[in-house]
Amino acid sequence: MLRITCPWCGERDYSEFRYGSDASKARPAHGTGDLKAWHDHVFLFDNPKGPHREYWQHVLGCRQWLVLERDTATNTPGAARSAREAAAKGGAGR
Amino acid sequence: MAKRYSALSLLRHALLPSSPWPRAWRSPAPKSSYDVVIIGGGGHGLATAYYLAANHGIKNVAVIERGYIGSGNVGRNTTIVRSNYMIGGNTKFFEFSLQLWEGLSHTLNFNVMLSQRGQIGLAHNPSQMDVLARKGNIMRLHGIDAELLDRGQVMKLLPYLDYSDAARFPVVGGIIQQRAGTVRHDAVAWGYARAASDLGVDIIENCEMTGFTMEQGKVTGIETTKGPIRAGKTAIAVAGHSSHVAAKAGLRLPVESHLLQAFVSEPIKPLIHHVVSFGAELFYISQSDKGGLVFGGHIDGFNNYTQRGQLPKIQTVAECAVSLIPAVSRLRLLRHWAGIMDMTPDGAPFICGTPIPNLYLDGGWCYQGFKAIPASGWTFAHTVAKGEAHELNRCFSLDRFEKGGELDDHGAGNWNYKQ
Ligand SMILES: Cc1cc2nc3c(=O)[nH]c(=O)nc-3n(C[C@H](O)[C@H](O)[C@H](O)COP(=O)(O)OP(=O)(O)OC[C@H]3O[C@@H](n4cnc5c(N)ncnc54)[C@H](O)[C@@H]3O)c2cc1C
Ligand SMILES: [Zn+2]
Repeated sequence: MLRITCPWCGERDYSEFRYGSDASKARPAHGTGDLKAWHDHVFLFDNPKGPHREYWQHVLGCRQWLVLERDTATNTPGAARSAREAAAKGGAGR
Repeated sequence: MAKRYSALSLLRHALLPSSPWPRAWRSPAPKSSYDVVIIGGGGHGLATAYYLAANHGIKNVAVIERGYIGSGNVGRNTTIVRSNYMIGGNTKFFEFSLQLWEGLSHTLNFNVMLSQRGQIGLAHNPSQMDVLARKGNIMRLHGIDAELLDRGQVMKLLPYLDYSDAARFPVVGGIIQQRAGTVRHDAVAWGYARAASDLGVDIIENCEMTGFTMEQGKVTGIETTKGPIRAGKTAIAVAGHSSHVAAKAGLRLPVESHLLQAFVSEPIKPLIHHVVSFGAELFYISQSDKGGLVFGGHIDGFNNYTQRGQLPKIQTVAECAVSLIPAVSRLRLLRHWAGIMDMTPDGAPFICGTPIPNLYLDGGWCYQGFKAIPASGWTFAHTVAKGEAHELNRCFSLDRFEKGGELDDHGAGNWNYKQ
């Protein structure tokens, strides 16, 4: 069973969380008129078989959004940290 | 050339057990070059190879399979075939597929055991009934069979559902497609493999594609664990692994890979005579010829390549089963397993060329790729042979999101795993 360590609540079953997609993508700036940039942001995924950085929300706990490192080939979770802090460091989830 | 199966050949082998059945398909070493190389020996890859040879006379074809034929999703799904789709290109495409299924045992000289037992979709409130009525009307306008059922008719056909006042989701009615049903899944892979091999296609098992060879931006062949193979055209048909394989050519796809689990109970006497789907949740159930109840639900909910299911999904699927059919709470679950599927933003597939010359893609099948196998093979073979789409797969292009051509039959795509 995949267990995720929420920075606020501690280690929990993944079923308390909701998956929220790839966190390594940076959203185009507001006002960007280039439709190709938006298409690529919304629809294209690296979808790697291996390390992946992704958003999860602790819906049945503190309801905070986190950025989790997880290996999609083995399901081994790495560290989870606050999505807010990750965003403050520049770029979505970086 | 494999011997054709017939009643006489069955009898001969039954009476003379000392004469073993010959191998169903050849097992050649790869040649250095082919007109077309197909990566992935699942249902779609094998069907494409067969129709390239049978419909287009392109027989210098190889199918490269990293495991053995039938080891992928073609052999690990819940085998439901139907054509009750409602929008745009889906309606005609899936109906063409069902028509091909109806003749497939004859076409391939291999019994795929199509069982047209009827699929019933249930409605649990009047507005769901309205949606089913609209869907049925659209199907009938396309010449596809559909009949609306009221509560009494459903009670007659499916007496084992919970109709009590305590039912969590009352049954208001349903819709039936009589021609829908199930197929023996391994037989599909074996039948196409045997028929393609007979026409000259090389089926190369235990051979993994590890990279593309490219010259001036064009794909000229592939690297494999059995050495390099040159190809005039290269076709990807690797089900849940499309992104991973396309990335080797520098291509990003509108796809995430997700797990779907299936479940089988201990065998019981005949109880469920149709394929039944629960309108209150994504849950469907049928009974196999061996007596086991076969069922499944939603994807696990996060991208993953581990091919191993997660316990919470077992619980939700079991809850669906029990709330619909209380009697199954007494049954033991014998087995469960998972397959990896490409999930696309609109829930529809890709059968198309790619921006890279000579590279073609069949993928993004989400929940619906088994029933699609014959039509997908047929139209993908057409696309690869002619370098342009068949009228039935024109809508399944890679650029449809740029062009506003989303094909969202459920009105939610697969995005519901993120909601
Ligand atoms: C549990 C479950 C239930 C389902 N139920 C239904 C259903 O009831 N009805 C329905 O219509 N659909 C259903 N589906 C979906 C359907 O099974 C799939 O969409 C469909 O089978 C995928 O196509 P395929 O058969 O070609 O895939 P596969 O059989 O998976 O073929 C792809 C092949 O590519 C090979 N491959 C991958 N990478 C490489 C490489 N690098 N080199 C060489 N080979 C490679 C794999 O080994 C595999 O054999 C279900 C899926 C699952 C998992
Ligand atoms: Zn928390």
